[in-house]
Amino acid sequence: MKPTATLHISKKHMPGLIQQAVFDAFIKLNPLRMIHNPVMFIVEIGSLITTLLWLQALSARGEAPAWFIGTIAAWLWFTVLFANFSEALAEGRGKAQAEALRKTRQDTQAKRLSSLPKGQTKPQDFSLTVSTKLRRGDMYLVETGDILPSDGEIVLGIASVDESAVTGESAPVIREAGGDRSAVTGGTRLLSDWLVVKVTSDPGEGFLDKMINLVEGAKRSKTPNEIALNILLASFTIIFLVVCATLLPFSIYSVNQAGQGSPISITILIALLVCLIPTTIGGLISSIGIAGMDRLIQRNVIALSGRAVEAAGDIDVLLLDKTGTITLGNRQAVEFLPVHGVKEVELAEAAQLASLADETPEGRSVVILAKERFNMRGRTFSSSGEYPEGMKFMLFSAQTRMSGVDLDHTRIRKGAPDTMFDLLETNGGSVPADLKTIVEEIAHAGGTPLVVTKNERPLGVIHLKDIVKGGLKERFAQLRKMGIKTVMITGDNPLTAAAIAAEAGVDDFLAQATPENKLKLIREYQADGRLVAMTGDGTNDAPALAQADVAVAMNTGTQPAREAANMIDLESNPTKLIEIVEIGKQLLMTRGSLTTFSISNDIAKYFAIIPAAFANTYPQLGILNFIGLSSPYNAILSAVIFNAIIIVLLIPLALKGIPYRAVGAAKLLRDNLLIYGLGGIIAPFIGIKLIDLFLVLLGIH
Amino acid sequence: MTFIGWQQILLYFILVILLVKPVGIYLARVFSGEKNLLSPVIRPVEAFFYRLADVSVENEMDWKEYGKSVLVFNIAGIIFLYVILRIQHLLPVSLGVPEPLSPDLAFNTAVSFVTNTNWQSYSGESTLGIFSQTIGLTVQNFLSAATGMAVLLAFIRGFTRRQTSLLGNFWVDLTRSVLYVLLPLSIVLSLCLVGLGSVQTLQPSILFTTLENHATQSIPAGPVASQIAIKHLGTNGGGYYNANAAHPFENPSPMSNLLLMLAETVIPFSLTYIFGRLIGDTRQGWAILIVMLILLLPFTGLAYASESAGNPILQHLAAPTSSTPAAPAGNMEGKEVRFGVATSSLFTTLTTSTSSGAVISLHDSYTPLGGMAALVLMELGEVAPGGIGSGLYGMLVFVLVAVFIAGLMVGRTPEYLGKKIEPFEMKMAALLILIMPLLVLSLTALAVSTQAGLSGITNPGPHGFSQVLYAFSSMGNNNGSAFAGISANSPFYNLAGAFIMFASRFWLILPTLALAGSLAEKKKVPVGAGTLPTTSPLFIIWLVLIVLVVGALNFLPALAIGPIIEHIMMAGM
Repeated sequence: MKPTATLHISKKHMPGLIQQAVFDAFIKLNPLRMIHNPVMFIVEIGSLITTLLWLQALSARGEAPAWFIGTIAAWLWFTVLFANFSEALAEGRGKAQAEALRKTRQDTQAKRLSSLPKGQTKPQDFSLTVSTKLRRGDMYLVETGDILPSDGEIVLGIASVDESAVTGESAPVIREAGGDRSAVTGGTRLLSDWLVVKVTSDPGEGFLDKMINLVEGAKRSKTPNEIALNILLASFTIIFLVVCATLLPFSIYSVNQAGQGSPISITILIALLVCLIPTTIGGLISSIGIAGMDRLIQRNVIALSGRAVEAAGDIDVLLLDKTGTITLGNRQAVEFLPVHGVKEVELAEAAQLASLADETPEGRSVVILAKERFNMRGRTFSSSGEYPEGMKFMLFSAQTRMSGVDLDHTRIRKGAPDTMFDLLETNGGSVPADLKTIVEEIAHAGGTPLVVTKNERPLGVIHLKDIVKGGLKERFAQLRKMGIKTVMITGDNPLTAAAIAAEAGVDDFLAQATPENKLKLIREYQADGRLVAMTGDGTNDAPALAQADVAVAMNTGTQPAREAANMIDLESNPTKLIEIVEIGKQLLMTRGSLTTFSISNDIAKYFAIIPAAFANTYPQLGILNFIGLSSPYNAILSAVIFNAIIIVLLIPLALKGIPYRAVGAAKLLRDNLLIYGLGGIIAPFIGIKLIDLFLVLLGIH
Repeated sequence: MTFIGWQQILLYFILVILLVKPVGIYLARVFSGEKNLLSPVIRPVEAFFYRLADVSVENEMDWKEYGKSVLVFNIAGIIFLYVILRIQHLLPVSLGVPEPLSPDLAFNTAVSFVTNTNWQSYSGESTLGIFSQTIGLTVQNFLSAATGMAVLLAFIRGFTRRQTSLLGNFWVDLTRSVLYVLLPLSIVLSLCLVGLGSVQTLQPSILFTTLENHATQSIPAGPVASQIAIKHLGTNGGGYYNANAAHPFENPSPMSNLLLMLAETVIPFSLTYIFGRLIGDTRQGWAILIVMLILLLPFTGLAYASESAGNPILQHLAAPTSSTPAAPAGNMEGKEVRFGVATSSLFTTLTTSTSSGAVISLHDSYTPLGGMAALVLMELGEVAPGGIGSGLYGMLVFVLVAVFIAGLMVGRTPEYLGKKIEPFEMKMAALLILIMPLLVLSLTALAVSTQAGLSGITNPGPHGFSQVLYAFSSMGNNNGSAFAGISANSPFYNLAGAFIMFASRFWLILPTLALAGSLAEKKKVPVGAGTLPTTSPLFIIWLVLIVLVVGALNFLPALAIGPIIEHIMMAGM
């Protein structure tokens, strides 16, 4: 399956997005909005006060030259605007995606049914109504060409549905009543036949509505970790507020004692405050969160809660379905193992004959193997769709539990060992010892044995094997390095499961899985304090999905599965979990690293501003200005400009996230501390110096 | 600086590090209720107290109840001590004492001793009677230290326990701290001090005839050794005499001085071992001990270097104060000749890095940078190693902040010792790192902008500013060490001081307990390859940086116009 561009915002949209974000940055200056981000709210108040001081300096005697106060005020406004811009840009991508989705959600006509139709025929008497009037529990009819008016569960009928509006997948899917394919989504289109659907969500709460809200960020609530970080940042802000506020009386005292200079000006105090409070992370924190959700959407995953994205970074245990995730969907024949006295070619021929009409991938693989090994006819003669006369195929059925072919007087049968042993014994034969041995060996190796008989005489065994997907072993090794344990879930018996688990390189497996023991396994891990992630699609996965900390439902899954999950994978790709974990970790790492960077920056800013602030009281403090900034005003100005520009420079990082590498916590910490901690100490010294040189070049002293 | 000076400093550090494990093992046994060396003797006494007070060991408390007990017990202590100080002239043994203390001084002193600060706006020997000193102050010396230890134990239980709201029983923790730890150690140390020449008598003064002129002189005396022992062991620091440990009756010799230094630091350092032991991973405790040493040693070095270098201005006056091997003097102003520069610098940084505040030299007379070393060690929040209990729980709050940021950097929602750090923990941690600088800076600002505050300053220029900053940093961290230049016995300083001492003690204890309560209720997340390692050298460095940046950065502007500018001006740079 390939995703199409429904949710993907391509590069050509960027200029438009940026334009919109610039506009929104100003809208966001509304103090009622700003107050939710205490750090940037303080900056806004600072900008306002300095602007007033500038006006005062223009009209009367100011506390400092008007050009200085004016420039500081301008750059403080820029600081707020840059932060708003980053948030607007992050939101903008979501909005564009929401717009694309909204186009598909027009108000449609619904054919409401007053009661459940009797029998299996298409109901005829319905009343036309607007889709917004449909309530949970109502029933409606859709026919070829109709747009589905709401989410629902199919009660009656089978039809092919175009779900590209939601999934971006253009191939139609089959939806039918009962089973794992009974859920339909509002906004999708019926391509054939008809369906009777029971409404499962009230207007405005449907899947598409939720998706629009999510990608738009309208209902984005802060996640626990984001709240915790905000508290820390707010406390730093309060401390620095007190540091700067008390500096005024300290400075008045110092002026009195030194007998020279003038008390520190309000403009400089505000400049110092804004430089010290963690504006870098404060300005980017919400765009980091939005961008994290957005990165999921880019991979066609809809997170129904931000909490789940964060939790994804913490996952300790990954439950993976064997079929489709670890192995290719189907088993393949890899070997013919004849019993004593039978030639391999004889077995291969019989096996191929028995499988000619078997259209399952397993059956096809038997035919192909026989062709490869002995260059047998293969499927050539069946391409015409006709078989030689007298050939009578017997397809697999639940009653006989075997398949085969009758040819003249020859009866060839193949089937699972138990069934075939029964067959041999009921016909008066016995099961040869070497047959049993072969069967057991295959089972030990994790394969599936199929016994082949000819006229109730055993010929040998076909070895069917699960084919483990390429590259998985490395992937699981990576996960192990990340500290994540992988557990394979399979319905196979323990022997088979163990063999496949070993081949795939997973850490553990759950064999003969049932909904109950899946749920039990998750609870056990959680009781140990571990966080569990799993994927699922069937209704029987729903309880386990609801219990898991990160639950990804396939979009092709049933309504109960999708409701129990906290993420939905539109591509229905079971290995997506690994990417989701990486995105969660990226999100947290970006937050942590930018916080470190922001705090480390303060050291350089102190060295730039403190000597400048006391320049006329204690000129001796100039010794702290070891990077040689040209003048006190320029020093303060350079620090403020650096503080504003660094936000813009870091926007791409905030949106893209810090790349995650599976190298273990110790190494990650070392690397990030070096880059963002040490870098955060050094970078502002260089940056501030460069800005100062540039100011001098412009002739500002 | 001299080689022998460094040897003195190193000797102390080696001895204290060697003591950490044995003392720690003993303490861990005491607090986990296991059988220990003293239990045959003390268990019956302990049981007797529990019966008397109707306390059951099994009857544990949640954080609110624990906090309520701490508050009620300590406020009762303040009232009790206040009353004693106000009516001391009427009490036995001390009849004939000149005066009862003024209300503001009595209040300041009561809060000061109950909060383990031991700031003294008076001179002990002339103001207080023996009853006040022993029944009043010494009792609080024991109880304030025991309170600190009890709160730490409750905090550690927040990490060791899972999915419970119970943090232990305050009365049990308090009783054990006193009976098994503080009392026996004090008895041993008192005897050692008496043996080395300290006084221990109920006579209020010693009368003797001087050799010169055969005049009669009276030297105040009293039960000095017993009070000095707990003053150091409990990181209290309130001296019997005004001269504190510089007085020969408190601290007669270099040997007694070494004992006192070990006494005031051995429990705070050993608590890191108990921590490691109780949480079942001693490496965690050692990691924190290393962090404390990394924070402490450079400041000891700075103080020693600066004091050895002396005052360049005096050298122009042909009075060399810089140290040479022949005359290892350095800045000897305000220092005892029998201790010298190296030991004095060490003692000063130990006393300000624990919450002791005892002094053997006049900090006001230190060189600007030497004084700044003492000042910064307090302003870090007294966590290296800090007061009994309070030092470690303060450090653990820094650990939570460090883990929070570092944890994010490795891509997990942060956890420490298996406990997730979520908004509530961050709220409490934020309060805990915010309150101290907020109080210290605001009150310093108030003092330098009001007449009442300015009148206490005795030196002009930046040094005067340092005096005020030092006073509030000391009280705001429950240290109690005095820069000594400031004249603090005024209603303004007494009341502002009492407020900041009370606030910085109990406003921090309550969020600490709330934090413990919330941690105890959490599950424990198992450790894996993705878990942030909190014992690696890298994390140790990170934690040191966090303490420095979060703790000291707030004070940099104030330091710049205090000791830093004073140093630059003195050095003529």
